[in-house]
Amino acid sequence: MEVLTAKYEIEGDTLVITLSGEIDHHNAKAARVEIDRQIYFYRAKTVILNLKNVGFMDSSGLGLILGRYTHVNELGGALKILDPSAGVERVLRLAGTEKIIPIVRSAKENK
Amino acid sequence: MKKVINETEIVFTAKSENESFARSAVAAFYAQLDPTLEELCDVKTAVSEAVTNAIIHGYRDDGVGKVYITLRILEDKTLFIKVKDKGCGIEDIRLAMTPLYSGDPSGERGGMGFSIMESFTDDLKVVSSVGKGTSITMIKRYLPIEGETA
Repeated sequence: MEVLTAKYEIEGDTLVITLSGEIDHHNAKAARVEIDRQIYFYRAKTVILNLKNVGFMDSSGLGLILGRYTHVNELGGALKILDPSAGVERVLRLAGTEKIIPIVRSAKENK
Repeated sequence: MKKVINETEIVFTAKSENESFARSAVAAFYAQLDPTLEELCDVKTAVSEAVTNAIIHGYRDDGVGKVYITLRILEDKTLFIKVKDKGCGIEDIRLAMTPLYSGDPSGERGGMGFSIMESFTDDLKVVSSVGKGTSITMIKRYLPIEGETA
């Protein structure tokens, strides 16, 4: 079974969360609490969700991302999505998340 | 009626651990039609949505009920997918299918499940009866690559 893991790196005032694996309802439920804990702990100005290593994502992934967007926003930060695969990006575009959460191709990109 | 070339049935317990099993099993069956990566991804995502709905809405996460998947390959290389549960059923199908509507009070589900099933397959049919269960039927048509005949 594909699990979902998260790695946290802090670069200046940016927190990069690198997710690896598949995001479905089962995995999202398990990952959510720890991701929120780290976001709360670092209170970074910018939080980047690196999705490069996410091979699959369904609407539970949208829920996970939108929930984290709300959390980051409440703490006064901004959320960006880094480098999603073609399949993941199609799910994001269908939901129109790019209107509130920009998709960037490199962590340095200031969009 | 189009002739059925191949058929399989998958039955599993409504546990969220089985979501990845279900979409992988469907992908393995679909692979015999040699789909593009995009088509394969579409089908996996649509199946993941239907199965998750059955587990968390149909059976309300009871971890006991069974989810039934029927897959058929038709003579024109169409993939037929049916995901069925014998759970609580949907009271208002139209409301459930509204984009951004979510039956999950935690707000951690996007409310986009049916929109994804609709967009990522060529036909979607939902039949539901309160107290009896829900059946979701999806069709993925075969699109020949340029210069090829189906």
